[in-house]
Amino acid sequence: MVPESYYVTLSAVLFTIGVVGVVIRRNPLVIFMSIELMLNAANLALVAFGQRLGNLDGQAIVFFVMAVAAAEVAVGLAIIVAIFRVRRRLSVDDLSLLRW
Amino acid sequence: MSLFTFAVLAVLAIGSAAGLLLRRNPIHGALFLVVNLGAIAALYLMLGAEFLAAAQVIVYAGAIMVLFVFAIMVLIPGKEESGPDPRRGARLLAVPVGALLCLLLVFVVAGRWSGPRGPGAPSGSVAAVGRLLFTSYLFPFELTSVLLLAAMVGALLLARRRA
Repeated sequence: MVPESYYVTLSAVLFTIGVVGVVIRRNPLVIFMSIELMLNAANLALVAFGQRLGNLDGQAIVFFVMAVAAAEVAVGLAIIVAIFRVRRRLSVDDLSLLRW
Repeated sequence: MSLFTFAVLAVLAIGSAAGLLLRRNPIHGALFLVVNLGAIAALYLMLGAEFLAAAQVIVYAGAIMVLFVFAIMVLIPGKEESGPDPRRGARLLAVPVGALLCLLLVFVVAGRWSGPRGPGAPSGSVAAVGRLLFTSYLFPFELTSVLLLAAMVGALLLARRRA
């Protein structure tokens, strides 16, 4: 039986890798994938907490996080494709204006 | 034995996450992320969350990653991060700050666990999770359908080619 704190530690490490990925990468697609990594790390922590407390609420919340992540990816990728159509380049450093 | 399985899965998850971070080509990053999601699904199984493990494989590895790969194919990969980074110094600062954040998270969230232990491990079967979703979480569950519909319409509107 693996202690739940191991799972939470792993989740903390994965979350940190996601944060660093968002900061150091310039491709918006990779930034999106790093956000998915962070969401998954949080999900893992939620399941571990639920296991520790002996109820299923953590798993129900993870279900909703998955649904919201799916919606977020659909809209986010559509936005990236729309930006690429207008600017023909794909680097977040170019996207410092809130209009074009 | 389960500790060994956990160690293998943890190394797999952290290694693939680092691969996503370090590889320049976004398609390699997407494939690394699939490995990471699979490892996390296996960890869900180890935690007894069978429904979530299946949902993780179907929703994340099956649907979301296909969407990502499509977007990468459409957007001509490999040309956007080729030039020298004009803000290299500022970006490299993320590594020590990230290490600090990791220490903080481990110390605060995972380090001092002294809360009460619940009454045994819950069953994460489809029946148990489904019963919970359709009783206590019925209203958020229905809201999810509205959210997904709104996201679908929004994505169609944004990706439409203007005539």
